[in-house]
Amino acid sequence: MFTDYLQTVDWSRAQFALTAIYHWFFVPLTLGLSVIIAIMETLYYRTKDEFWLRTTKFWMRLFGVNFAIGVATGIILEFEFGTNWSNYSYFVGDIFGAPLAVEGILAFFMESTFIAVMFFGWKRVSKGFHLTATWLTAIGANLSALWILVANAWMQYPTGCTFNLETVRNEMTSFAAVALSPVAVNKFTHTVTSSFTLAALFVVGVSAWYLLKGRETRLAKKSIKVASAFGLVCALLTAFTGDRSGAIIGRVQPMKLAAMEALYEGRTNCPLTAFGLVCTDDYTNGEQTRMKVEIPSLLSLLTFRDADAFVPGIRDLVEGNAERGIMSTAEKMERGKRVVAELRRFKEAKAINDIEEMTQVRKLFDVSTEEGSAFMKDYYPYLGYGYLSSPEEVVPHVPMLFYSFRLMVGAGTLFILILALAWWFNHKNMMEKKRWFLHLTLWCIPLAYFASQAGWVLAEVGRQPWAIQDLMPVGVAASKIPSSSVSVTFFIFVVLFTALLITDISILVRQIKSGPEKE
Amino acid sequence: MKRVLLNVFYFYRDGFREMTLGRSLWIIILVKLFIMFAILRVIFFPNQLADKTESEKAATVMEQLTP
Repeated sequence: MFTDYLQTVDWSRAQFALTAIYHWFFVPLTLGLSVIIAIMETLYYRTKDEFWLRTTKFWMRLFGVNFAIGVATGIILEFEFGTNWSNYSYFVGDIFGAPLAVEGILAFFMESTFIAVMFFGWKRVSKGFHLTATWLTAIGANLSALWILVANAWMQYPTGCTFNLETVRNEMTSFAAVALSPVAVNKFTHTVTSSFTLAALFVVGVSAWYLLKGRETRLAKKSIKVASAFGLVCALLTAFTGDRSGAIIGRVQPMKLAAMEALYEGRTNCPLTAFGLVCTDDYTNGEQTRMKVEIPSLLSLLTFRDADAFVPGIRDLVEGNAERGIMSTAEKMERGKRVVAELRRFKEAKAINDIEEMTQVRKLFDVSTEEGSAFMKDYYPYLGYGYLSSPEEVVPHVPMLFYSFRLMVGAGTLFILILALAWWFNHKNMMEKKRWFLHLTLWCIPLAYFASQAGWVLAEVGRQPWAIQDLMPVGVAASKIPSSSVSVTFFIFVVLFTALLITDISILVRQIKSGPEKE
Repeated sequence: MKRVLLNVFYFYRDGFREMTLGRSLWIIILVKLFIMFAILRVIFFPNQLADKTESEKAATVMEQLTP
């Protein structure tokens, strides 16, 4: 019965979410810790102080554990593309495949080559070469993230491509437009800086544990000095890029913005809801958010850099707002259905080899003709709406987005404060006396993971129902395979990934308890 | 050239030999990769379109796009 309820699409989505969430438990620490290690090794290289060598080696060991357990967990996602999301994979293969191919060839090989030098090369290569390898490992890890985030950004904001009617594929017309789209650039900088912040909190938290235990005091204090300064800069950059994200989402995914604010009715001088309780996700049902604490005009200001600007609400986006030039979802559905009808006409004409009919349809999808240019501009961008059965389907899960956003931003603000205080207390040599603060920093480690996951929930649940924004809903993207096969692998992954996560945490804890090498 | 290749070989051989924690981590990595590629990939994750020609793939996806 449960399987019947959650049909193939839902199981495929659940499986992808599960895999991505588990994968993301390993990635941010790898991204950030690699840079912190490189900074520490640079200090060793410059000062020649053996203390920094010992410190670098200790954090490098924790990096190695996390890297080894987490490596290749993302490959499962690529398996799922081929099996569960074959329509999607074929439809966008050229565009989605290019960044992933670059990732595989360039970044992964660069990272995996230099990681060997990092771990095996201490006594075999010069200090300068070793330091270069450590930095290249950090750069390689972050370059891997770049290409995967470029691919993800394209799904949120499809650009730099054209549709080929003959191959039924979107084909890339500009690699630069895909790689340097505002969504891609901002997604990369926001994700990477937030990952650096998470790793800095990890280093500060583990060091705080040593101070609470009265062990490894010098290593802990020096590590806090490096990680808190690095983390504070990154946390501020995360806030800055997060602000940019909000402004970009307001333009390219206005429904996501309206949903994460539980903004049902659009308004000028739109306030930002700092806190509230969302009672329902039914947008037609009047006042939805209770106990609201609002900051006047802030949403208008943050989104459009104008306190008087109009921010569209869910109702405006579903029902349309002629006064504000917002097309209704029903109109978009009509246009989408026209595109689907033309595709069907082409398919049927091809089946009976009706050349004249095929030529007529080809003209519509050919941007070099006047007719085709208009059709591809006014109709094709709404292709995905042609598969919806009601306008309300474009509304994502409002409460999930509302709370995820507040968890992410609230935790991010707290991290700025925590990292600033950690740096200050450490600078004034007061850290050991502030036991409450040491406990607090320790708790920030799991909180950082929750905040990081909340960011992805916001990004991915927020674009529902789309696999590719406006072009392909998840219901069309999924393969027509039995739901039972997807549900079986879902539970296999639950077991496999939970085992990996428990292994990761237990080995990390054991290594932290055993501490750095003896002096 | 031969000398360089030998040095690279010795570099990795000695590195692996001297591993302590790394030995356990490599076992975990190999078990994980075996489960992923030899079991999950082969049994549960066939590529739905892999055995089709390009035109068959296009026809299959067109069929899904025009229900």
